[in-house]
Amino acid sequence: MEVIKKYPKLFQWLFLLIVFFALCFAIDVPETYKFIRGQAEFVKDPNQSAFVFLGKEVRYYAFDVFWRLPPLLGWLPIWINDSLFFLMNDWMPMEFWNEDTQEYKTRPLVLQITRNLTAFMTFLIELIREILLGGLETIVAFTSWDWIDANPWAELPGLPWTIVAAGSAILAYKLGGKGLAIYALLSMTYISIFGQWKPSMQTLSFILVAAPLSFIFGLGLGVAAYKSKRVEKALYPILLVMQTMPQYAVLVPALVLFGVGDHAAVIITMIVAVPPMILLTLLGLRAVPPEVIEAGRMSGCNNWQLMSKVLIPTARRDILIGVNQVIMVCFSMAVISAFIGAKGLGFNLLLALNQLNIGLALEAGLCISLIAILLDKMSLAWANKQVDYFGNLNFFQRNKNSLFFGVVVIAGILLAYFGSIYFKDGYNYLFEVPHNKGISTADFWNKGVDWIFDTFFVYIKAFNTWLIVDVLQPMRALYLRMPAIATLVLVVGAGYLIGGVRSALVVCGLTLFIALSPWWDRALVTTYMATFGVLVSCTIGFTVGTLCFQNKHSTNFMLNVCDIFQTFPSFVYLIPVMMLFGITDTSVLIAVIVYATIPATRYTIEGLRSVPAGLHDAATMSGVTKLQRLFKIEFPLAFPHMMLGLNQTIVFALFMVIIGAFIGTEDLGQYILKALSDKKGAGIGLTLGICVAFIGLIFDNLIRTWVGQRKKHLGID
Amino acid sequence: MSEPVIKCQSVYKIFGANAERMLKEANGNVDAKTFQDNGCIVGVNNASFEVSKGEMLVVMGLSGSGKSTLLRCISRLTDATGGKIFIEGQDLLNLNNKELIDLRRNKMGMVFQSFALLPHKTVLENIAFPLQIKGIKTEDSINKAMDMVKLVGLDGRENYFPRELSGGQQQRVGIARSLAVEPDIWFLDEPFSALDPLIRKEMQDEFLRLQEKLQKTIMFITHDFDEALKLADRIAIMKDGIIEQLDTPANIVLNPATEYVRKFTEEVPREKVLLIKDVMDETISSDIGDLKVSKDETIENVAEKILTQEKTVAVIDIKNNVVGSINPAKIINTVFGGRKNNN
Repeated sequence: MEVIKKYPKLFQWLFLLIVFFALCFAIDVPETYKFIRGQAEFVKDPNQSAFVFLGKEVRYYAFDVFWRLPPLLGWLPIWINDSLFFLMNDWMPMEFWNEDTQEYKTRPLVLQITRNLTAFMTFLIELIREILLGGLETIVAFTSWDWIDANPWAELPGLPWTIVAAGSAILAYKLGGKGLAIYALLSMTYISIFGQWKPSMQTLSFILVAAPLSFIFGLGLGVAAYKSKRVEKALYPILLVMQTMPQYAVLVPALVLFGVGDHAAVIITMIVAVPPMILLTLLGLRAVPPEVIEAGRMSGCNNWQLMSKVLIPTARRDILIGVNQVIMVCFSMAVISAFIGAKGLGFNLLLALNQLNIGLALEAGLCISLIAILLDKMSLAWANKQVDYFGNLNFFQRNKNSLFFGVVVIAGILLAYFGSIYFKDGYNYLFEVPHNKGISTADFWNKGVDWIFDTFFVYIKAFNTWLIVDVLQPMRALYLRMPAIATLVLVVGAGYLIGGVRSALVVCGLTLFIALSPWWDRALVTTYMATFGVLVSCTIGFTVGTLCFQNKHSTNFMLNVCDIFQTFPSFVYLIPVMMLFGITDTSVLIAVIVYATIPATRYTIEGLRSVPAGLHDAATMSGVTKLQRLFKIEFPLAFPHMMLGLNQTIVFALFMVIIGAFIGTEDLGQYILKALSDKKGAGIGLTLGICVAFIGLIFDNLIRTWVGQRKKHLGID
Repeated sequence: MSEPVIKCQSVYKIFGANAERMLKEANGNVDAKTFQDNGCIVGVNNASFEVSKGEMLVVMGLSGSGKSTLLRCISRLTDATGGKIFIEGQDLLNLNNKELIDLRRNKMGMVFQSFALLPHKTVLENIAFPLQIKGIKTEDSINKAMDMVKLVGLDGRENYFPRELSGGQQQRVGIARSLAVEPDIWFLDEPFSALDPLIRKEMQDEFLRLQEKLQKTIMFITHDFDEALKLADRIAIMKDGIIEQLDTPANIVLNPATEYVRKFTEEVPREKVLLIKDVMDETISSDIGDLKVSKDETIENVAEKILTQEKTVAVIDIKNNVVGSINPAKIINTVFGGRKNNN
């Protein structure tokens, strides 16, 4: 009794768990229940029930409402789909002038808008692509194919790879000094020599279009949100959902609106990349000290001057960190967009993985990683760079980098010219190393994989079987065994105990959306995979983080490792696991664990580091041992921050589980992947994406509320 | 008498959702407690005063006393909830945005506690900032800013960034920036509070030197009573948004109006603050010795001389006319007498 009085929360939690398990045992599994594989629910079956809402017929297998709620939201995907099609094909037909046929043509407004947008994006991408690689499209855009035929000399020649490589090295030197310049030069040379030049430049051109556009929109919206509470409130839910929405769920609706190809990918990339930019702009502007703003006002700034001359320059660093985020998101989207036909490294990677050619996949993956690190380091160096004073330098000192680049351009052109004389008959290696003429290491890797398989097959297989049969299958069965009502009680109860009625309501709404969608079972599988991944990741991350924290060097080393791993697009992680474990759930889970361990480790270290040095000294002076200090001082104080790490771990795990569908899992991701190849998949894809986002948001809400209270309680912020 | 440069008539600043309605209902009788119960916080409560041309008014109060809020009302960085403020006869609260910006660009300068320099601009660019905002040509503004750099003694550092300067140097930049447009009115919000004691004293002396040269109309905010005594022509002491006493430093030290003010004056070294003219007898006694002291000397400077005299000492003005007298007992009485802790 005393224990209960001392810890009332503990008692409440126990009570909640008892109710949960009681419900689980009280409600039996209906005899007709089975996990629906494939897309069996779209098959008409006399055992199905059906209802009609808003003119859409929804068919489903009915169970006791305590066991599974009926999919009352089943009409939503169909409705979204039909609305999209209506918007695209029938809504507001208008007369538009057609340049090619020289006559007016009737087209629906939205279709016309999206087509124009598409054309504009295509033009931008082609322009940059042809500056890097050469081609005709840009000139055609201004003239016509006939004109090109008449003037065969008119072609953008493209830059020789030597110029691009040296140019990036110069830029890297300007931003981050010698080390970065050497890295840039080496990685660009590697990419060229190993024959990945063309896809790499395609990916790069994609980023060069998507990132600046995202930056402009993000900055604009961020400023608007800073100035107006109303805009901020309107943006907030979108930002929240976009943070936990798996990136490739947004690809699906883009397919319908903008079709297949780089342009669609760029537009959709902007949708994903703008939210973090908005958030960081807002954060940066908010962090400008009020006295600086007052100083600006007292200097007689009007609103525009205040924003452009005081606020934005003062918030420079945060805004540039936003640029870093934008670039990284764009890059990871550039890879994933291969699913909707964007060219570049991602496309090659996807192709190689589809053919199970691990060697090729590794080569592409390596290039992706090299470029990712380069872009990340360069943009971070830009953000951390202090403004320099140029006033007392002469013309040459001020423009030495530009001048040097000019010299490089001339040298590169001359080299390419000599190359064209030297390599008279074959390819001009000083201009561009063609795809299949570079040094290829694919065979080597493939042999390596074969060797690993031959040597360790028995062990890998045994481990695989053990994991699936003894751990994963039972866990999955347990998750599916939960009656919907019990899950709801557990989640809502947790919400109430943590954050009161408000939290309970939010969490209840989010859960109900998933429960009333047709994919509750799938969502449970997604959750089970994510939970397993998160549990292992957290164990590893917390342990590794704590151990590394004991020494300053290992701390910095670990943070650097986290930095580097975080820059890789999630898709890349699938390569090594497929190499080792083939196409199984184990592969996906291991990728999930590797990927989700990054935030777990990072936040553990950061949390422990944020414990004030004064407390550390005070504890030492009280004569605690190292372990005592860890458990009595550091863990309790670092715990809130570590919980935020848990939050990130969950989001990362969910992302990876969804992408794991590519290897073949039976969760929400599998349907998203299917929706990508389905003409009517837009509604399904979007609804599925929202479901995944909501799973993330449930945990996000609970954890953030708890952390907020805990931090207040401890008086840290 | 010419018109006061700054004139406040029952200025109120109340924070909170229903501030204006509550103020109307209170009918000029604002009680902080009642307001707080209704979710409003009283920042400034019925402040009325005038500052005339070339005068330095120091507003002194502890944190939360509303002194900074009062300053922000007068610079209209925040809008007063009630009352009237006149700047050179112009009704400040009725200015539109354009007129307000005009006023700030030409008449007002402000210095901040945390310096509030723009981190991405050099010293010179920071100082030239208000001029460039005003639309003055780059070359002219740079020249003008260079004069300011010299004025505050930062020559040779004009191309430094704020991050490369010490606190005292940064505040010199802040001062130079606020003076760049040659304002008539100069607001200083705890300008020296963030500095080390030694630097602070140096900056105070520097500030007095500047003011002697420039003769601006000044509102100076501080939480340091000694600083107020050292700089002020007049001091306003604030507590909970109310001006407790507004008077010359000598009068505040000699005749504190309230118990709260008296507490501040207790520890003050009077011999350093009071001048002979503050304590002399205006009647000229017949029994006067040979020693003559100037009425503008501090007691500290002449006490030793006076105390060696047995007779009353004559007090003279600049023109050597005898304007009063002071006897040694009065000095002893002023410096050591009438203090609670000495009783």
